[in-house]
Amino acid sequence: MKLITFAGPPSSGKTSVILKLIEAMAIDVNTIGVVKFDCLTSFDNLRYAEKGVRVETGFSGKLCPDHFFVSNIEAAVEWGLKCGFGTLISESAGLCNRCSPYIQGILAVCVIDNLSGVNTPRKIGPMLKMADIVVVTKGDIVSQAEREVFAFNIRQVNTAARIIFVNGITGQGASLLARHLQGARELTSLRDMKLRFTTPAAVCSYCTGEMRIGAEYQMGTMKRMEFKTE
Amino acid sequence: MSSEKYLEMAIATPLNQILAEHPICRDFFMNLRLTDLDWNLPLMQALDHSDQDAITEFGLDRGMILREFSLFLETFSRVAADAASIRSLTIIGGHGKSGEPEIAQWTATVGEIISIVGPTGSGKSRLLADIECLADGDTPTGRRIHIDGREVSEGQRFDMEGKLVAQLSQNMNFVMDLTVREFLEMHAGSRMTRDAENAIARCFECANELAGEKFTPETKVTQLSGGQSRALMIADTACMSSSPVVLIDEIENAGIDRRQAIKLLAQKEKIVFISTHDPLLALSADKRLVIKNGCISRIIETSVEEKNCLDAIEKLDATLLRLRNRLRHGHEISMNTVKGEEQN
Repeated sequence: MKLITFAGPPSSGKTSVILKLIEAMAIDVNTIGVVKFDCLTSFDNLRYAEKGVRVETGFSGKLCPDHFFVSNIEAAVEWGLKCGFGTLISESAGLCNRCSPYIQGILAVCVIDNLSGVNTPRKIGPMLKMADIVVVTKGDIVSQAEREVFAFNIRQVNTAARIIFVNGITGQGASLLARHLQGARELTSLRDMKLRFTTPAAVCSYCTGEMRIGAEYQMGTMKRMEFKTE
Repeated sequence: MSSEKYLEMAIATPLNQILAEHPICRDFFMNLRLTDLDWNLPLMQALDHSDQDAITEFGLDRGMILREFSLFLETFSRVAADAASIRSLTIIGGHGKSGEPEIAQWTATVGEIISIVGPTGSGKSRLLADIECLADGDTPTGRRIHIDGREVSEGQRFDMEGKLVAQLSQNMNFVMDLTVREFLEMHAGSRMTRDAENAIARCFECANELAGEKFTPETKVTQLSGGQSRALMIADTACMSSSPVVLIDEIENAGIDRRQAIKLLAQKEKIVFISTHDPLLALSADKRLVIKNGCISRIIETSVEEKNCLDAIEKLDATLLRLRNRLRHGHEISMNTVKGEEQN
Protein backbone atom coordinates (compact mmCIF):
# COMPACT_ATOMS: atom_id res chain seq x y z
CA MET A 1 0.00 0.00 0.00
CA LYS A 2 1.09 3.55 -0.70
CA LEU A 3 0.68 6.27 1.92
CA ILE A 4 0.40 9.96 1.03
CA THR A 5 0.08 12.65 3.71
CA PHE A 6 -1.83 15.85 3.02
CA ALA A 7 -1.79 18.91 5.27
CA GLY A 8 -2.91 22.50 4.96
CA PRO A 9 -4.66 25.35 6.72
CA PRO A 10 -8.43 25.04 7.32
CA SER A 11 -10.57 25.66 4.22
CA SER A 12 -7.60 25.71 1.86
CA GLY A 13 -9.29 23.03 -0.24
CA LYS A 14 -7.61 19.79 0.90
CA THR A 15 -10.73 17.65 0.59
CA SER A 16 -11.67 19.09 -2.81
CA VAL A 17 -8.13 18.51 -4.09
CA ILE A 18 -8.08 14.91 -2.80
CA LEU A 19 -11.48 14.18 -4.38
CA LYS A 20 -10.35 15.59 -7.74
CA LEU A 21 -7.10 13.69 -7.39
CA ILE A 22 -8.96 10.41 -6.88
CA GLU A 23 -11.00 11.18 -10.00
CA ALA A 24 -7.85 11.96 -11.99
CA MET A 25 -6.14 8.76 -10.82
CA ALA A 26 -8.91 6.89 -12.66
CA ILE A 27 -8.83 3.92 -10.28
CA ASP A 28 -11.49 1.88 -8.53
CA VAL A 29 -12.58 3.90 -5.45
CA ASN A 30 -12.62 0.72 -3.42
CA THR A 31 -8.84 0.58 -3.59
CA ILE A 32 -8.40 3.94 -1.88
CA GLY A 33 -9.02 5.04 1.70
CA VAL A 34 -8.81 8.35 3.52
CA VAL A 35 -8.05 9.14 7.16
CA LYS A 36 -9.16 12.60 8.14
CA PHE A 37 -7.48 14.14 11.21
CA ASP A 38 -9.46 17.10 12.46
CA CYS A 39 -9.93 19.01 15.70
CA LEU A 40 -13.53 19.38 16.77
CA THR A 41 -15.98 18.91 13.94
CA SER A 42 -15.77 17.93 10.29
CA PHE A 43 -18.31 17.41 7.55
CA ASP A 44 -15.84 16.16 4.98
CA ASN A 45 -16.70 12.52 5.68
CA LEU A 46 -20.01 13.17 3.89
CA ARG A 47 -18.21 14.48 0.81
CA TYR A 48 -16.00 11.39 0.68
CA ALA A 49 -18.96 9.06 1.26
CA GLU A 50 -20.84 10.73 -1.57
CA LYS A 51 -18.06 9.67 -3.93
CA GLY A 52 -17.97 6.19 -2.46
CA VAL A 53 -14.56 6.71 -0.79
CA ARG A 54 -13.99 4.90 2.54
CA VAL A 55 -13.08 7.43 5.23
CA GLU A 56 -12.27 7.32 8.95
CA THR A 57 -12.36 10.60 10.89
CA GLY A 58 -10.47 11.27 14.12
CA PHE A 59 -10.82 14.36 16.34
CA SER A 60 -7.86 15.56 18.36
CA GLY A 61 -10.16 17.45 20.73
CA LYS A 62 -8.04 19.10 23.40
CA LEU A 63 -4.78 17.59 22.17
CA CYS A 64 -2.31 19.17 19.78
CA PRO A 65 -3.31 17.87 16.33
CA ASP A 66 0.30 16.91 15.49
CA HIS A 67 0.64 14.81 18.67
CA PHE A 68 -2.71 13.26 17.78
CA PHE A 69 -1.51 12.51 14.25
CA VAL A 70 1.72 10.81 15.23
CA SER A 71 0.02 8.65 17.86
CA ASN A 72 -2.62 7.40 15.42
CA ILE A 73 -1.00 7.19 12.01
CA GLU A 74 0.47 3.72 12.58
CA ALA A 75 -2.97 2.29 13.38
CA ALA A 76 -4.36 4.11 10.36
CA VAL A 77 -1.87 2.30 8.14
CA GLU A 78 -2.83 -1.04 9.73
CA TRP A 79 -6.49 -0.23 9.01
CA GLY A 80 -5.65 0.57 5.40
CA LEU A 81 -3.76 -2.70 4.95
CA LYS A 82 -6.61 -4.67 6.52
CA CYS A 83 -9.08 -3.02 4.13
CA GLY A 84 -6.83 -3.99 1.23
CA PHE A 85 -6.35 -0.46 -0.07
CA GLY A 86 -3.76 0.25 -2.75
CA THR A 87 -3.46 3.84 -1.56
CA LEU A 88 -4.12 5.46 1.80
CA ILE A 89 -4.36 9.24 2.08
CA SER A 90 -4.11 11.08 5.40
CA GLU A 91 -5.61 14.54 5.56
CA SER A 92 -4.73 16.86 8.46
CA ALA A 93 -5.98 20.36 9.10
CA GLY A 94 -2.99 22.44 10.16
CA LEU A 95 -4.27 24.95 12.62
CA CYS A 96 -1.10 26.61 13.77
CA ASN A 97 1.48 27.43 11.12
CA ARG A 98 3.93 25.17 12.87
CA CYS A 99 2.05 21.94 12.08
CA SER A 100 3.94 19.37 10.07
CA PRO A 101 2.29 15.95 10.04
CA TYR A 102 4.85 14.53 7.63
CA ILE A 103 6.96 11.41 7.89
CA GLN A 104 10.46 10.90 6.48
CA GLY A 105 10.30 8.88 3.27
CA ILE A 106 6.51 9.24 2.93
CA LEU A 107 5.26 11.58 0.21
CA ALA A 108 4.06 14.85 1.78
CA VAL A 109 1.69 17.31 0.13
CA CYS A 110 0.85 20.77 1.50
CA VAL A 111 -2.30 22.52 0.22
CA ILE A 112 -2.53 26.30 0.51
CA ASP A 113 -4.78 28.77 -1.24
CA ASN A 114 -4.08 31.90 -3.24
CA LEU A 115 -6.66 33.92 -1.34
CA SER A 116 -4.72 33.66 1.91
CA GLY A 117 -2.46 36.57 0.90
CA VAL A 118 0.78 36.67 -1.05
CA ASN A 119 3.03 36.75 2.01
CA THR A 120 1.37 33.82 3.76
CA PRO A 121 3.77 31.21 2.33
CA ARG A 122 6.60 33.04 4.09
CA LYS A 123 4.83 32.69 7.43
CA ILE A 124 3.65 29.10 7.33
CA GLY A 125 6.76 27.25 8.47
CA PRO A 126 7.37 23.47 8.57
CA MET A 127 3.99 22.52 7.08
CA LEU A 128 5.09 24.21 3.86
CA LYS A 129 8.85 23.99 4.20
CA MET A 130 8.94 20.23 4.75
CA ALA A 131 6.50 19.28 1.97
CA ASP A 132 7.55 17.48 -1.23
CA ILE A 133 4.70 18.92 -3.25
CA VAL A 134 2.90 22.20 -2.69
CA VAL A 135 -0.59 22.40 -4.16
CA VAL A 136 -1.98 25.90 -4.65
CA THR A 137 -5.75 26.26 -4.89
CA LYS A 138 -8.15 29.07 -5.81
CA GLY A 139 -5.76 30.38 -8.45
CA ASP A 140 -8.66 30.81 -10.85
CA ILE A 141 -9.97 33.86 -9.05
CA VAL A 142 -6.80 35.91 -8.62
CA SER A 143 -4.62 37.57 -11.24
CA GLN A 144 -1.69 35.88 -12.97
CA ALA A 145 0.65 38.28 -11.17
CA GLU A 146 -0.67 37.28 -7.77
CA ARG A 147 -0.26 33.59 -8.69
CA GLU A 148 3.33 34.19 -9.76
CA VAL A 149 4.26 36.16 -6.65
CA PHE A 150 2.60 33.52 -4.48
CA ALA A 151 4.63 30.76 -6.14
CA PHE A 152 7.78 32.86 -5.80
CA ASN A 153 7.17 33.20 -2.07
CA ILE A 154 6.63 29.45 -1.73
CA ARG A 155 9.96 28.92 -3.50
CA GLN A 156 11.62 31.19 -0.92
CA VAL A 157 10.65 28.86 1.92
CA ASN A 158 10.86 25.56 0.07
CA THR A 159 13.36 25.65 -2.78
CA ALA A 160 12.95 21.97 -3.66
CA ALA A 161 9.19 21.36 -3.73
CA ARG A 162 7.14 20.96 -6.86
CA ILE A 163 4.46 23.64 -6.99
CA ILE A 164 1.23 22.57 -8.67
CA PHE A 165 -1.83 24.73 -9.21
CA VAL A 166 -5.03 22.73 -8.81
CA ASN A 167 -8.56 24.00 -9.25
CA GLY A 168 -10.61 22.18 -6.61
CA ILE A 169 -13.85 22.84 -8.46
CA THR A 170 -13.02 21.94 -12.06
CA GLY A 171 -10.15 19.59 -11.26
CA GLN A 172 -7.72 21.43 -13.55
CA GLY A 173 -4.22 20.45 -12.47
CA ALA A 174 -5.32 17.27 -10.69
CA SER A 175 -3.92 14.94 -13.34
CA LEU A 176 -0.53 16.62 -13.00
CA LEU A 177 -0.71 16.03 -9.25
CA ALA A 178 -1.71 12.40 -9.85
CA ARG A 179 1.36 11.97 -12.04
CA HIS A 180 3.65 13.18 -9.25
CA LEU A 181 2.06 10.90 -6.68
CA GLN A 182 2.73 7.77 -8.74
CA GLY A 183 6.20 7.58 -7.23
CA ALA A 184 4.90 7.24 -3.65
CA ARG A 185 6.61 4.31 -2.02
CA GLU A 186 4.99 1.04 -0.99
CA LEU A 187 4.97 0.22 2.71
CA THR A 188 3.72 -2.44 5.08
CA SER A 189 4.25 -0.64 8.39
CA LEU A 190 5.34 2.72 9.79
CA ARG A 191 7.07 1.20 12.80
CA ASP A 192 10.36 3.02 13.64
CA MET A 193 9.94 5.62 10.92
CA LYS A 194 10.43 9.25 11.97
CA LEU A 195 8.56 12.52 11.67
CA ARG A 196 10.17 15.19 9.51
CA PHE A 197 9.90 17.84 12.20
CA THR A 198 9.42 17.89 15.97
CA THR A 199 5.85 18.41 17.14
CA PRO A 200 5.18 21.49 19.28
CA ALA A 201 6.42 21.03 22.83
CA ALA A 202 3.48 21.21 25.17
CA VAL A 203 4.00 20.04 28.71
CA CYS A 204 2.79 22.80 30.96
CA SER A 205 0.11 23.38 33.57
CA TYR A 206 -2.28 24.69 30.91
CA CYS A 207 -2.01 21.38 29.04
CA THR A 208 -3.46 19.66 32.05
CA GLY A 209 -6.46 21.89 32.44
CA GLU A 210 -5.18 24.98 34.31
CA MET A 211 -7.28 28.03 33.33
CA ARG A 212 -6.18 30.76 35.72
CA ILE A 213 -3.87 33.58 34.64
CA GLY A 214 -0.78 34.38 36.72
CA ALA A 215 2.85 33.34 37.17
CA GLU A 216 2.09 31.11 40.18
CA TYR A 217 -0.17 28.89 38.05
CA GLN A 218 2.43 28.36 35.36
CA MET A 219 4.52 25.20 35.43
CA GLY A 220 6.42 23.15 32.87
CA THR A 221 7.56 24.34 29.44
CA MET A 222 6.87 28.07 29.29
CA LYS A 223 8.17 30.86 27.10
CA ARG A 224 7.86 34.49 28.11
CA MET A 225 7.88 37.56 25.91
CA GLU A 226 10.15 40.48 26.54
CA PHE A 227 8.44 43.87 26.54
CA LYS A 228 10.65 46.90 26.05
CA THR A 229 9.59 50.13 27.72
CA GLU A 230 12.29 52.26 26.13
CA MET B 1 27.68 28.54 -11.52
CA SER B 2 27.81 25.25 -9.61
CA SER B 3 26.25 24.48 -6.22
CA GLU B 4 29.73 24.40 -4.64
CA LYS B 5 30.40 27.95 -5.83
CA TYR B 6 27.25 29.19 -4.08
CA LEU B 7 28.27 27.37 -0.94
CA GLU B 8 31.74 28.95 -1.08
CA MET B 9 30.15 32.34 -1.58
CA ALA B 10 27.84 31.81 1.40
CA ILE B 11 30.83 30.80 3.58
CA ALA B 12 33.32 33.46 2.61
CA THR B 13 31.52 36.59 1.45
CA PRO B 14 30.38 39.25 3.97
CA LEU B 15 26.58 39.37 4.07
CA ASN B 16 26.20 42.98 3.03
CA GLN B 17 28.18 42.26 -0.11
CA ILE B 18 25.87 39.37 -0.99
CA LEU B 19 22.82 41.47 -0.19
CA ALA B 20 24.02 44.29 -2.43
CA GLU B 21 24.24 41.90 -5.34
CA HIS B 22 21.18 39.78 -4.48
CA PRO B 23 18.68 41.98 -2.60
CA ILE B 24 16.20 39.09 -2.53
CA CYS B 25 18.38 37.44 0.14
CA ARG B 26 16.99 39.92 2.64
CA ASP B 27 13.78 37.86 2.47
CA PHE B 28 15.66 34.71 3.45
CA PHE B 29 16.73 36.26 6.74
CA MET B 30 13.32 37.84 7.37
CA ASN B 31 11.65 34.46 6.86
CA LEU B 32 13.84 33.07 9.66
CA ARG B 33 13.39 36.16 11.87
CA LEU B 34 17.13 36.88 11.59
CA THR B 35 16.89 40.63 11.27
CA ASP B 36 19.64 41.95 13.53
CA LEU B 37 22.69 40.08 12.30
CA ASP B 38 26.05 41.80 11.94
CA TRP B 39 25.88 42.27 8.17
CA ASN B 40 29.60 43.06 7.91
CA LEU B 41 30.43 39.44 8.69
CA PRO B 42 30.07 36.32 6.57
CA LEU B 43 27.02 34.18 7.44
CA MET B 44 28.58 31.69 9.87
CA GLN B 45 30.37 34.34 11.91
CA ALA B 46 27.26 36.50 11.98
CA LEU B 47 25.21 33.55 13.26
CA ASP B 48 27.67 33.05 16.14
CA HIS B 49 26.38 36.24 17.69
CA SER B 50 22.69 35.62 17.06
CA ASP B 51 19.91 34.19 19.21
CA GLN B 52 20.40 30.40 19.07
CA ASP B 53 16.95 29.66 20.52
CA ALA B 54 15.19 31.36 17.62
CA ILE B 55 17.18 29.25 15.16
CA THR B 56 16.24 26.06 17.02
CA GLU B 57 12.57 26.99 16.81
CA PHE B 58 12.80 26.66 13.06
CA GLY B 59 14.30 23.21 13.52
CA LEU B 60 17.65 24.44 12.21
CA ASP B 61 21.24 24.78 13.30
CA ARG B 62 24.05 26.94 11.88
CA GLY B 63 25.17 24.31 9.38
CA MET B 64 21.64 23.82 8.08
CA ILE B 65 21.14 27.55 7.68
CA LEU B 66 24.34 27.73 5.65
CA ARG B 67 23.16 24.91 3.39
CA GLU B 68 19.71 26.44 2.98
CA PHE B 69 21.17 29.85 2.27
CA SER B 70 23.39 28.55 -0.50
CA LEU B 71 20.40 26.67 -1.96
CA PHE B 72 18.38 29.87 -1.78
CA LEU B 73 21.13 31.78 -3.59
CA GLU B 74 21.32 29.11 -6.25
CA THR B 75 17.53 28.88 -6.73
CA PHE B 76 16.99 32.59 -7.11
CA SER B 77 19.99 33.16 -9.33
CA ARG B 78 18.42 30.54 -11.60
CA VAL B 79 15.03 32.29 -11.48
CA ALA B 80 16.68 35.49 -12.65
CA ALA B 81 18.38 33.81 -15.59
CA ASP B 82 15.42 31.71 -16.55
CA ALA B 83 13.51 32.72 -19.64
CA ALA B 84 11.50 29.51 -20.29
CA SER B 85 11.30 30.42 -23.95
CA ILE B 86 9.80 28.08 -26.52
CA ARG B 87 9.35 28.29 -30.27
CA SER B 88 6.41 26.02 -30.87
CA LEU B 89 3.79 23.86 -29.22
CA THR B 90 2.37 20.75 -30.89
CA ILE B 91 -0.91 19.07 -29.99
CA ILE B 92 -0.94 15.38 -30.88
CA GLY B 93 -4.59 14.42 -31.18
CA GLY B 94 -6.34 12.07 -28.79
CA HIS B 95 -9.98 11.14 -28.89
CA GLY B 96 -13.41 12.67 -28.25
CA LYS B 97 -15.99 11.88 -25.61
CA SER B 98 -17.27 8.84 -27.47
CA GLY B 99 -13.80 7.62 -28.39
CA GLU B 100 -13.69 9.01 -31.93
CA PRO B 101 -10.19 10.07 -32.99
CA GLU B 102 -9.42 13.75 -33.54
CA ILE B 103 -7.08 15.62 -35.87
CA ALA B 104 -3.72 13.84 -35.90
CA GLN B 105 -1.41 16.68 -35.00
CA TRP B 106 -1.16 20.39 -35.18
CA THR B 107 1.48 22.98 -34.28
CA ALA B 108 1.24 26.55 -33.04
CA THR B 109 4.29 28.81 -33.21
CA VAL B 110 5.36 31.82 -31.19
CA GLY B 111 3.53 35.02 -32.09
CA GLU B 112 0.43 33.14 -33.22
CA ILE B 113 -3.05 33.87 -31.92
CA ILE B 114 -5.41 30.90 -31.88
CA SER B 115 -9.06 31.15 -30.92
CA ILE B 116 -10.99 28.18 -29.60
CA VAL B 117 -14.70 28.00 -30.37
CA GLY B 118 -17.42 25.46 -29.55
CA PRO B 119 -20.62 25.14 -27.57
CA THR B 120 -20.62 25.04 -23.76
CA GLY B 121 -19.46 21.65 -22.52
CA SER B 122 -17.80 20.75 -25.83
CA GLY B 123 -14.34 20.53 -24.25
CA LYS B 124 -12.75 23.95 -24.68
CA SER B 125 -11.56 24.11 -21.07
CA ARG B 126 -10.33 20.52 -21.32
CA LEU B 127 -8.09 21.53 -24.23
CA LEU B 128 -6.70 24.48 -22.26
CA ALA B 129 -6.13 22.13 -19.30
CA ASP B 130 -4.30 19.60 -21.52
CA ILE B 131 -1.96 22.35 -22.68
CA GLU B 132 -1.40 23.60 -19.16
CA CYS B 133 -0.41 20.23 -17.73
CA LEU B 134 1.63 19.24 -20.81
CA ALA B 135 -0.60 16.21 -21.28
CA ASP B 136 1.25 13.01 -22.02
CA GLY B 137 -1.60 10.69 -22.96
CA ASP B 138 -2.54 10.66 -19.28
CA THR B 139 -5.66 12.87 -19.39
CA PRO B 140 -9.19 11.80 -20.40
CA THR B 141 -8.61 13.01 -23.97
CA GLY B 142 -5.41 11.01 -24.52
CA ARG B 143 -3.77 14.08 -26.06
CA ARG B 144 -0.01 14.66 -26.01
CA ILE B 145 1.74 18.00 -26.02
CA HIS B 146 5.19 18.41 -27.55
CA ILE B 147 7.38 21.49 -27.20
CA ASP B 148 9.65 22.67 -30.02
CA GLY B 149 8.71 19.54 -31.98
CA ARG B 150 9.92 17.15 -29.33
CA GLU B 151 8.57 15.15 -26.42
CA VAL B 152 8.92 16.94 -23.11
CA SER B 153 11.67 15.36 -20.99
CA GLU B 154 11.34 14.94 -17.23
CA GLY B 155 13.90 17.68 -16.61
CA GLN B 156 12.13 20.10 -18.94
CA ARG B 157 8.84 19.26 -17.27
CA PHE B 158 10.27 20.18 -13.90
CA ASP B 159 11.73 23.42 -15.23
CA MET B 160 8.57 24.42 -17.03
CA GLU B 161 5.89 23.38 -14.59
CA GLY B 162 3.88 26.35 -13.51
CA LYS B 163 5.89 28.66 -15.74
CA LEU B 164 4.77 27.58 -19.20
CA VAL B 165 1.28 28.97 -19.06
CA ALA B 166 -0.17 32.29 -17.92
CA GLN B 167 -3.93 32.43 -17.57
CA LEU B 168 -6.51 35.15 -17.81
CA SER B 169 -10.22 34.77 -17.25
CA GLN B 170 -13.27 36.86 -16.50
CA ASN B 171 -13.44 35.50 -12.96
CA MET B 172 -10.05 36.82 -11.96
CA ASN B 173 -9.80 39.64 -9.46
CA PHE B 174 -7.15 41.52 -7.58
CA VAL B 175 -7.36 40.48 -3.96
CA MET B 176 -4.53 42.61 -2.61
CA ASP B 177 -4.91 46.06 -1.16
CA LEU B 178 -2.12 47.72 -3.15
CA THR B 179 -1.79 50.63 -5.55
CA VAL B 180 -1.14 49.90 -9.22
CA ARG B 181 2.49 50.94 -8.75
CA GLU B 182 3.02 48.76 -5.66
CA PHE B 183 1.35 45.88 -7.46
CA LEU B 184 3.67 46.12 -10.46
CA GLU B 185 6.70 46.59 -8.19
CA MET B 186 5.80 43.44 -6.33
CA HIS B 187 5.47 41.45 -9.53
CA ALA B 188 8.72 42.83 -10.96
CA GLY B 189 10.41 41.95 -7.66
CA SER B 190 9.35 38.31 -7.94
CA ARG B 191 10.57 38.19 -11.53
CA MET B 192 13.92 39.57 -10.34
CA THR B 193 13.64 42.01 -13.25
CA ARG B 194 16.94 43.80 -13.73
CA ASP B 195 15.55 47.10 -14.98
CA ALA B 196 12.41 47.11 -12.83
CA GLU B 197 11.74 50.88 -13.04
CA ASN B 198 11.51 50.75 -16.82
CA ALA B 199 9.52 47.54 -16.97
CA ILE B 200 6.96 48.96 -14.57
CA ALA B 201 6.63 52.21 -16.52
CA ARG B 202 6.20 50.34 -19.82
CA CYS B 203 3.62 48.01 -18.36
CA PHE B 204 1.66 50.89 -16.84
CA GLU B 205 1.65 52.72 -20.16
CA CYS B 206 0.38 49.63 -22.02
CA ALA B 207 -2.40 49.11 -19.50
CA ASN B 208 -3.58 52.67 -19.92
CA GLU B 209 -3.54 52.37 -23.70
CA LEU B 210 -5.80 49.34 -23.52
CA ALA B 211 -8.19 50.75 -20.93
CA GLY B 212 -10.96 53.02 -22.11
CA GLU B 213 -10.80 55.14 -18.99
CA LYS B 214 -7.37 56.18 -17.74
CA PHE B 215 -6.06 55.49 -14.25
CA THR B 216 -3.00 56.61 -12.28
CA PRO B 217 -0.19 54.57 -10.69
CA GLU B 218 -1.58 55.60 -7.31
CA THR B 219 -5.02 54.03 -7.93
CA LYS B 220 -5.72 51.03 -5.73
CA VAL B 221 -5.98 47.87 -7.82
CA THR B 222 -9.17 46.94 -5.98
CA GLN B 223 -10.76 50.20 -7.10
CA LEU B 224 -10.17 49.73 -10.82
CA SER B 225 -13.24 49.21 -13.00
CA GLY B 226 -13.79 45.86 -14.70
CA GLY B 227 -12.23 47.12 -17.93
CA GLN B 228 -9.28 48.77 -16.17
CA SER B 229 -8.55 45.62 -14.15
CA ARG B 230 -8.62 43.51 -17.30
CA ALA B 231 -6.37 46.01 -19.09
CA LEU B 232 -3.86 45.92 -16.22
CA MET B 233 -3.92 42.13 -16.07
CA ILE B 234 -3.32 41.82 -19.81
CA ALA B 235 -0.52 44.40 -19.86
CA ASP B 236 1.04 42.76 -16.82
CA THR B 237 0.88 39.32 -18.41
CA ALA B 238 2.39 40.68 -21.63
CA CYS B 239 5.19 42.75 -20.07
CA MET B 240 6.02 41.04 -16.77
CA SER B 241 5.06 37.39 -16.97
CA SER B 242 7.71 35.03 -18.29
CA SER B 243 5.23 32.41 -19.44
CA PRO B 244 5.50 31.81 -23.19
CA VAL B 245 1.93 30.53 -23.52
CA VAL B 246 -1.14 32.58 -22.59
CA LEU B 247 -4.54 30.95 -22.14
CA ILE B 248 -7.47 33.35 -22.17
CA ASP B 249 -10.98 32.38 -21.20
CA GLU B 250 -13.09 35.21 -22.70
CA ILE B 251 -12.41 38.89 -22.17
CA GLU B 252 -15.56 40.86 -21.51
CA ASN B 253 -16.00 43.96 -23.64
CA ALA B 254 -16.01 46.35 -20.69
CA GLY B 255 -14.41 49.29 -22.43
CA ILE B 256 -11.10 47.78 -23.42
CA ASP B 257 -9.41 47.62 -26.78
CA ARG B 258 -9.57 43.85 -27.24
CA ARG B 259 -7.89 43.65 -30.65
CA GLN B 260 -5.00 45.72 -29.37
CA ALA B 261 -4.80 43.61 -26.21
CA ILE B 262 -4.44 40.37 -28.12
CA LYS B 263 -1.91 41.89 -30.48
CA LEU B 264 0.15 43.13 -27.55
CA LEU B 265 0.38 39.59 -26.14
CA ALA B 266 1.33 38.07 -29.49
CA GLN B 267 4.04 40.69 -30.03
CA LYS B 268 5.73 39.64 -26.81
CA GLU B 269 6.82 36.33 -28.35
CA LYS B 270 3.96 34.38 -26.87
CA ILE B 271 1.52 31.79 -28.17
CA VAL B 272 -1.97 33.02 -27.34
CA PHE B 273 -4.97 30.68 -27.01
CA ILE B 274 -8.27 32.39 -26.52
CA SER B 275 -11.54 30.64 -25.83
CA THR B 276 -14.21 33.04 -27.08
CA HIS B 277 -17.40 33.61 -29.05
CA ASP B 278 -16.77 37.31 -29.46
CA PRO B 279 -16.56 37.75 -33.27
CA LEU B 280 -14.05 40.57 -32.91
CA LEU B 281 -11.67 38.39 -30.91
CA ALA B 282 -12.29 35.15 -32.77
CA LEU B 283 -11.57 36.74 -36.15
CA SER B 284 -8.57 38.71 -34.85
CA ALA B 285 -6.92 35.34 -34.34
CA ASP B 286 -4.83 33.75 -37.09
CA LYS B 287 -6.65 30.44 -36.75
CA ARG B 288 -9.53 28.99 -34.86
CA LEU B 289 -9.92 25.52 -33.46
CA VAL B 290 -13.47 24.20 -33.53
CA ILE B 291 -14.21 21.89 -30.61
CA LYS B 292 -17.03 19.38 -30.92
CA ASN B 293 -17.87 16.56 -28.54
CA GLY B 294 -14.44 16.75 -26.91
CA CYS B 295 -12.47 16.76 -30.19
CA ILE B 296 -10.67 19.36 -32.23
CA SER B 297 -12.98 18.80 -35.19
CA ARG B 298 -11.73 21.50 -37.53
CA ILE B 299 -8.99 24.08 -37.85
CA ILE B 300 -10.06 27.16 -39.76
CA GLU B 301 -7.56 29.69 -41.05
CA THR B 302 -9.04 33.15 -40.75
CA SER B 303 -9.72 33.99 -44.41
CA VAL B 304 -9.08 37.28 -46.14
CA GLU B 305 -12.81 37.77 -46.36
CA GLU B 306 -13.17 37.24 -42.63
CA LYS B 307 -10.32 39.65 -41.93
CA ASN B 308 -12.08 42.16 -44.14
CA CYS B 309 -15.21 41.78 -42.02
CA LEU B 310 -13.24 42.87 -38.95
CA ASP B 311 -13.53 46.56 -39.78
CA ALA B 312 -17.29 46.34 -40.09
CA ILE B 313 -17.50 44.38 -36.83
CA GLU B 314 -15.33 46.95 -35.14
CA LYS B 315 -17.74 49.66 -36.31
CA LEU B 316 -20.67 47.76 -34.77
CA ASP B 317 -18.65 47.43 -31.61
CA ALA B 318 -17.83 51.15 -31.62
CA THR B 319 -21.53 51.93 -32.02
CA LEU B 320 -22.37 49.95 -28.91
CA LEU B 321 -19.53 51.61 -27.02
CA ARG B 322 -20.80 55.02 -28.12
CA LEU B 323 -24.31 54.20 -26.93
CA ARG B 324 -22.93 53.01 -23.60
CA ASN B 325 -20.90 56.16 -23.15
CA ARG B 326 -23.87 58.42 -23.93
CA LEU B 327 -25.95 56.59 -21.36
CA ARG B 328 -23.09 56.84 -18.87
CA HIS B 329 -22.90 60.60 -19.28
CA GLY B 330 -26.65 61.09 -18.95
CA HIS B 331 -27.53 61.85 -22.61
CA GLU B 332 -30.52 60.66 -24.62
CA ILE B 333 -30.28 58.14 -27.43
CA SER B 334 -31.63 58.70 -30.93
CA MET B 335 -31.41 56.94 -34.29
CA ASN B 336 -28.66 59.41 -35.15
CA THR B 337 -26.61 58.16 -32.20
CA VAL B 338 -27.04 54.64 -33.48
CA LYS B 339 -25.92 55.69 -36.96
CA GLY B 340 -23.11 57.72 -35.47
CA GLU B 341 -24.15 60.96 -37.07
CA GLU B 342 -24.68 62.92 -33.91
CA GLN B 343 -21.89 65.08 -32.48
CA ASN B 344 -21.55 64.57 -28.71
